[in-house]
Amino acid sequence: MSQARMVKLEKDILSKNNEYADANRKMFAERGVLALNLVSSPGSGKTTLLCRTIDALRGKLPIAVIEGDQQTSSDADRIRATGAPAIQVNTGKGCHLDAHMVGHAADHLDLAEGGLLLVENVGNLVCPAGFDLGEAHKVVVLSITEGEDKPLKYPDMFAAADLMLLNKTDLLPHLDFDVEACIANARKVNPRIKVLRVSARTGEGMSDWTAWIGAARAMALTGHPLAAELKGAA
Amino acid sequence: MHEMAICESIRGILEEEAARQDFRKVGRVCLEIGRLSAVEVEALKFGFDVVMRGSLAGDARLEIVETEGRAWCMPCGQSVPIAARFDPCPDCGSHQLQVTGGEEMKIRELEVS
Ligand SMILES: Nc1nc2c(ncn2[C@@H]2O[C@H](COP(=O)(O)OP(=O)(O)O)[C@@H](O)[C@H]2O)c(=O)[nH]1
Ligand SMILES: [Mg+2]
Ligand SMILES: [Zn+2]
Repeated sequence: MSQARMVKLEKDILSKNNEYADANRKMFAERGVLALNLVSSPGSGKTTLLCRTIDALRGKLPIAVIEGDQQTSSDADRIRATGAPAIQVNTGKGCHLDAHMVGHAADHLDLAEGGLLLVENVGNLVCPAGFDLGEAHKVVVLSITEGEDKPLKYPDMFAAADLMLLNKTDLLPHLDFDVEACIANARKVNPRIKVLRVSARTGEGMSDWTAWIGAARAMALTGHPLAAELKGAA
Repeated sequence: MHEMAICESIRGILEEEAARQDFRKVGRVCLEIGRLSAVEVEALKFGFDVVMRGSLAGDARLEIVETEGRAWCMPCGQSVPIAARFDPCPDCGSHQLQVTGGEEMKIRELEVS
């Protein structure tokens, strides 16, 4: 039996994931791909919103989708029905996508230069917050049926997101959801978070959301050769 | 929730380090977990025993050092303690805070043989 000794590590527990995330980020930057990581609780409307987004941006830029789900592949089928390439990643017991899974899926998708990659994370407002996928932005979707206290109950997710989409605004007349209180709660955990109100059902607010995507894409393409082309097209 | 995934990451790092630093057993694992890191320490302890079973750290003792949440208050221009992300500045009540500490999730050191 050898002598016990101390080993100093000072190593980040998620360092492996972060290395994969850095590799993904580099690959997205080289291809001029804007990657967005959509996070929410189950049923907030991510897949519906993605389908509607693909319809709104059809012909304007190439879009691919990675669908994270614990079991089924029905969300990827819904995306493929729109004509966009989609790949399903089943995480099994895993409650979040990690950067390694996303890197693999992105390889299979053969992302078009200058395109948009939309990642639908596993429906869960806790775990995906800590796992960087190499995305440019986390976008948290909160539907108004979930209650205005959610940003305070899941502060890590709202702190990690750059944009909050308040979805299902078509239901506002039927509920006593306080939009301003919800936004104030989100700003308590993240003073910089941007907020857009949308309805994936009626299409309300979709043009604001696609305008945000356009701006984020211009940012992602800064310094990339494709930026000139984008400018010419605008 | 994701405490299991965190324990699996720890196990992966231990196995890698064992090969690199030439050890076979881990007797003690010392972690630094920030109070704002969204890690449930009790769930982590439970997950640790389950995930390490049968591994080089199957008998390892887990030690967790928790670090306080801290933030920079922009209106006050000073560093202040916070217990949660949505806490206001304890001095001026502002939410214009930038978290500067308490998000750590690190393996500090190991006792190995
Ligand atoms: N009323 C209303 N229902 C919506 C809206 N967006 C999604 N839904 C419904 O919410 C349910 C869950 O949507 P889905 O896109 O599967 O949510 P996901 O789990 O986040 O992917 C479905 O029944 C959708 O039709 C919306 O803006 N308004
Ligand atoms: Mg879905
Ligand atoms: Zn202050």
